[in-house]
Amino acid sequence: MEHTLSLTKLKAARPGLADRLQKWLPKIVLAPTMLVTVVCIYGFMFWTFYLSLTNSRFLPSFNFAGLLQYEKLMDNDRWLTSVTNLGIFGLMFMFIAIVLGVGLAILLDQNIRQEGAIRTIYLYPMALSFIVTGTAWKWILNPGLGIEKLMHDWGFTDFQFHWLVDQDMAVYTLVIAAVWQSSGFVMAMFLAGLRGIDSSIMKAAQMDGASMPVIYWKIILPCLRPVFFSAVIITSHIAIKSFDLVTALTAGGPGYSSDLPALFMYAHSFTRGQIGLGAASAIMMLAGVLAILVPYLYSELREKKS
Amino acid sequence: MTFAAVSSMAHAGEVEVLHWWTSGGEAKSAAVLKQMLEKQGDSWKDFAVAGGGGESAMTVLKTRAVSGNPPSAAQIKGHDIQEWGDLGFLTTLDDVAKAGHWDDVLPAVVTKVMKYHGDYVAVPVNVHRVNWLWANPEVFKKAGAQVPTNMKEFFAAADKIKAAGFIPLAHGGQPWQDATLFEAVALDVLGSQDYNKAFVDLDMGVLSGPKMVETFATFQRMHNYIDDNSPGRDWNIATSMVINGDAAMQIMGDWAKGEFAAAGKKPGKDYICAPTPGTANQFTFNIDSFAFFKLNNKDNEVAQKHLAKTILDKDFQEVFNLNKGSIPVRLDMNMDKFDQCALDSMATFKASAKTGDLVPSMAHGLATTSYVQGAIYDVVTNFFNDSDADPKQAAQQLAKAVKAAI
Repeated sequence: MEHTLSLTKLKAARPGLADRLQKWLPKIVLAPTMLVTVVCIYGFMFWTFYLSLTNSRFLPSFNFAGLLQYEKLMDNDRWLTSVTNLGIFGLMFMFIAIVLGVGLAILLDQNIRQEGAIRTIYLYPMALSFIVTGTAWKWILNPGLGIEKLMHDWGFTDFQFHWLVDQDMAVYTLVIAAVWQSSGFVMAMFLAGLRGIDSSIMKAAQMDGASMPVIYWKIILPCLRPVFFSAVIITSHIAIKSFDLVTALTAGGPGYSSDLPALFMYAHSFTRGQIGLGAASAIMMLAGVLAILVPYLYSELREKKS
Repeated sequence: MTFAAVSSMAHAGEVEVLHWWTSGGEAKSAAVLKQMLEKQGDSWKDFAVAGGGGESAMTVLKTRAVSGNPPSAAQIKGHDIQEWGDLGFLTTLDDVAKAGHWDDVLPAVVTKVMKYHGDYVAVPVNVHRVNWLWANPEVFKKAGAQVPTNMKEFFAAADKIKAAGFIPLAHGGQPWQDATLFEAVALDVLGSQDYNKAFVDLDMGVLSGPKMVETFATFQRMHNYIDDNSPGRDWNIATSMVINGDAAMQIMGDWAKGEFAAAGKKPGKDYICAPTPGTANQFTFNIDSFAFFKLNNKDNEVAQKHLAKTILDKDFQEVFNLNKGSIPVRLDMNMDKFDQCALDSMATFKASAKTGDLVPSMAHGLATTSYVQGAIYDVVTNFFNDSDADPKQAAQQLAKAVKAAI
């Protein structure tokens, strides 16, 4: 009795094995990637968070020190400067790069000749490393070598442009270089978006008597909402991780007036032997990213569903 | 037993040395060490990590040490030696030191840096004097100025040079160079004793005291004699400004001599090396050294001891320092082959070791820990680049920042 029962069970399970394998196969295939992601991203995030609660200096240590490192961080003038700078740099860079990118994309979208060549020219800076951009702009903006000297040589001896060596203005030079490099890329994204819009919408609007600016402002740009979304995500992540640009262009100087959190984190963790403080600053950066991105992602993704 | 003895004879040990001497003169210096060790039958495994003034090398070293596979020796200097000692990675070299009479041939200030809890764990390679003023006599002549010996003369000369249309002081506006300049002023204004109190003992009274306020005020005055393009400039570019006659002076350690030598300039004739204003009998030292790690292979340990002995060998000290532009760390050297700047440096090194005027460089990590050094850097560089900064406030900030970093 029992024997027959188990036999029928087995028979019933046999076709199920292949089914189950088919069901599990994708999961098995994805498992290694998943594991690597969990360990190397979330694991390290947690590890950094843990380090930020210790008194680690030269090498990681496990002596719990509570919120000491965060207190030190909040009391650190250089950290506050770097956070303020990130605010200035990040917002200005994102705003100008997106406005310029949209503008260029709209102009290029007018079916002009040689569009491919022009597009390549605009897009090309993105192919450069930020280190190259930084070094090149360092020369261009240096009063003794670049624009200021050129103007003086041309006879405009009153011309002054020394932002790079001015403590109050140095952070804006970062904006100039970053915008120069990234606005072409933003343009490419918007151009792709514009090409995806059905031209009959424009024609219909024109029939209704709408002018071109109104069509773009009221119809086309709202249609590009997902592109704006991507552009904000990409440029904000360029801004927050900015390290190479500032290293090459100003190295945080003069003094530490153009310091950014990423530079602060690197200096403290790896050259000054204050891993605990560096980890605390890294966690603060992460918190900043989450504070901006989570509400934005939430609102964008929720709308898409409805 | 016999087999073991024979095999250890046949396989001499191997030393692996982590360093970042990868540029011209430096690489040549490292090659000398390699040759001398190979002559003794040990094999040399080079472990050079270029770049970032040793930052990348330190990162590699940390990984290797934590994974239990440290090199025999690594280029570690100043307070970092104590840090590695605290972590329990370093081995003792006391037997080699005793045999070589290190306590007698090295100044006590230097051996203090090399010892962890009274045991030798590191070996010094060379001594750099940091409080040097490099001057272009041609520019001084054109401006009708004298090479200054104190701060008053410095500002008088600087005014004349500026009026003659030259840049008085070549400077690179990077935090460590600002700190080097600050340190030179501090040595003059504070004097050796208070200098030590401030940057070695971290005495809050001196750090925020009236003399420190005066140091900041004098330091701030110097900014008027630097050209506007200095921020971010590398030190060797600043040196080349002196070499080319665009600028009159630079305050920089004696590694700057390498730049003059490379440009084919002769000391005393094409350039002048003088102590920084007001510090003629004082000596701010910056010492390169190798720290020795605990190993778990007997043969390699023997080779490691050979390495330690060889570094302080007179022949090596001479050849190495001639290449590097620094002076030997031993007090009993024959200095015939060295140039005038090195001879002056050696004379002051010996004299100041007796009078207590031999002080560790704060800007180059010999005086204090890297965290305190970093805190001082931040205050100094921020002060120097802010034209409205208040010296009194800066001294307060300095004390506060140091306290937070301890």
